[in-house]
Amino acid sequence: MSSALVFFSHVSTVPSKAQRELLTLASRFENPTVAIASVPGEEALKVFGSYGIATVLQAENPQASFGTHELSVLDAALQHTDADLVLLENDSFSRELGARIAVRRNAAIVTDVIDVSADLIATKDELAGGYSASVKSATGVLIATVKPNSIEDAPLDCQDSVEVKNLELAAPLVPAVSIVAADQKEASDRPALSEARIVVAGGRGVDGDFSAVEDLADALGAAIGASRAATDAGWISHDAQIGQTGVTVSPQLYISAGISGAIQQKAGMQTSKFIVAVNKDMDAPVFEIADLGIVGDLAKVLPQAAAEIRRRQA
Amino acid sequence: MSDANNTPLTLVVLVKHVPDVQFDRHISQDSLRLDRSESVLSELDEYAVEAALAIVEDNGGFAAGHQVIAATVGPSSSANSVRKALQMGASSGLHLNDDAIAGSDTVATSKALAALVSHVPNVDLVLTGMASTDAETSVIAAQLAERLGFAQLTHAQSVEFDAAQREVTIHREHGDQRLTLKAALPAVLSVTDQANNPRYPNFKGIMAAKKKSIEEVDLAAVGLSAAEVGTEGSTTSVLAADKRPSREAGTIITDSGEAGIALVDFLAEQKLI
Ligand SMILES: Cc1cc2nc3c(=O)[nH]c(=O)nc-3n(C[C@H](O)[C@H](O)[C@H](O)COP(=O)(O)OP(=O)(O)OC[C@H]3O[C@@H](n4cnc5c(N)ncnc54)[C@H](O)[C@@H]3O)c2cc1C
Repeated sequence: MSSALVFFSHVSTVPSKAQRELLTLASRFENPTVAIASVPGEEALKVFGSYGIATVLQAENPQASFGTHELSVLDAALQHTDADLVLLENDSFSRELGARIAVRRNAAIVTDVIDVSADLIATKDELAGGYSASVKSATGVLIATVKPNSIEDAPLDCQDSVEVKNLELAAPLVPAVSIVAADQKEASDRPALSEARIVVAGGRGVDGDFSAVEDLADALGAAIGASRAATDAGWISHDAQIGQTGVTVSPQLYISAGISGAIQQKAGMQTSKFIVAVNKDMDAPVFEIADLGIVGDLAKVLPQAAAEIRRRQA
Repeated sequence: MSDANNTPLTLVVLVKHVPDVQFDRHISQDSLRLDRSESVLSELDEYAVEAALAIVEDNGGFAAGHQVIAATVGPSSSANSVRKALQMGASSGLHLNDDAIAGSDTVATSKALAALVSHVPNVDLVLTGMASTDAETSVIAAQLAERLGFAQLTHAQSVEFDAAQREVTIHREHGDQRLTLKAALPAVLSVTDQANNPRYPNFKGIMAAKKKSIEEVDLAAVGLSAAEVGTEGSTTSVLAADKRPSREAGTIITDSGEAGIALVDFLAEQKLI
């Protein structure tokens, strides 16, 4: 049986939903180990234990050069564990770490993975979810970046104690990238877009006013997304952009409002379980992929839906 | 100012010829490879070409001796994408074309690209788009930085190039932070679609491109053997690629005052609330 290493750049007080999905996947393999490029707190360690993680490898981040520390930790952890499966998050930063290590260690790097079988065959999305491919490593080690919302979170309910080890790091070999400034983005109470169960997204059709989208999102406990037309117009932060050059989401439910459904937008949301589209143009391409299409004005339909949800939940 | 500041810059922009995203795209069931007819320059590479041209224009223009080399690895048709970059304003083209390369994954492709970049003397900066619009792995820039030993500056939303200090500064997003990062040349830079607005080739550009040369090289010319690329040089092996059933349009209703309620009924039926 194969052994698994999960790598996180950072873990908050408790692991995120996407991180717990990786822990779940790792717990199906032997010796599931976590490596972190920072120092996790007690609570996070407890959560790791509940997934049967026996060992946590850690190394405090000196924040000297961007990305260098994470690369060293992943490299050292792989060497230390000799794992044949490495699981990473699917964001661009983690993909790049995995890809560099794949080059360094002649390992396979597979992105947008939705599952890994016991015999180390990765299932992944191709062509924006149009195809599903099975890929394996030709050299032994498989490095997989796993899409959020692909694995059902399932802790093992064991309370094993976790052994924490400090990793010894060799001096980094890569040229320095200095961090000139780091600005914290405004925190939001809403779920993180990439791992949310429900996403409500607005496009050019909101005409500068996201309040109806926000209101429905609040009623549903959903994350807020947007088309590039809406983010380019500056109506909402670029972080909310869904699509080819924004965030890719696979929620249970995606509500698209005032978005035409261009190919680049669809690339980021067409693997959603259910799609509901509200658009005043009955010929909008988004209706071709919607489970429920509503031809209508979002400024009327969204508030009515939000009020109805609140009424039923009262 | 030292003399070094006037040294002409050598910028290599990597361009990829990809199936047009506006058409249906297919993976062949025989070869498990993407059907590459109807291909165009990957839209996201236009931002990299534009970024390179802007650097040259901000630093004395091509008259100062700077070079923007549009480079690609791929079959003969890929030259069309190099040509498009030349029409936009790149100064010359470089094309690694060898049958043995077909079937390369990212590890093998980055090997071929690194060898191609190394074929160019004194490269200061390698530019790429944020992803190719076909494979969308978004990892080649990082792999090139690893292979070439260059600084890695990826996913730039804006770029400031300081020729005098020989440094590049970028802005990028990173989780819940907005970062300003700086590195010394040589570097690999990938830019997002936020970085600029790519120019369209104008008539003058199209005419000028006819006189620009594209150097074609094979694996031997860049010091690689066939076994280092293609399926043999790849670390992944694709076992199957199945088309997912395409999504079908469901129920479409027209709002006559109650559609918001119908929406909630649908959510309740599907147990989403
Ligand atoms: C390289 C590249 C990358 C791109 N990446 C992305 C990406 O990641 N994500 C993305 O989204 N786009 C992306 N795009 C842009 C994409 O091509 C489209 O231009 C964009 O998605 C359009 O946004 P939209 O649907 O909001 O606007 P439009 O296409 O203008 O559609 C607005 C829609 O709103 C409807 N509408 C108007 N008023 C109302 C109302 N009151 N009620 C209901 N409906 C209304 C209209 O009928 C229309 O269908 C990219 C483009 C390029 C070239």
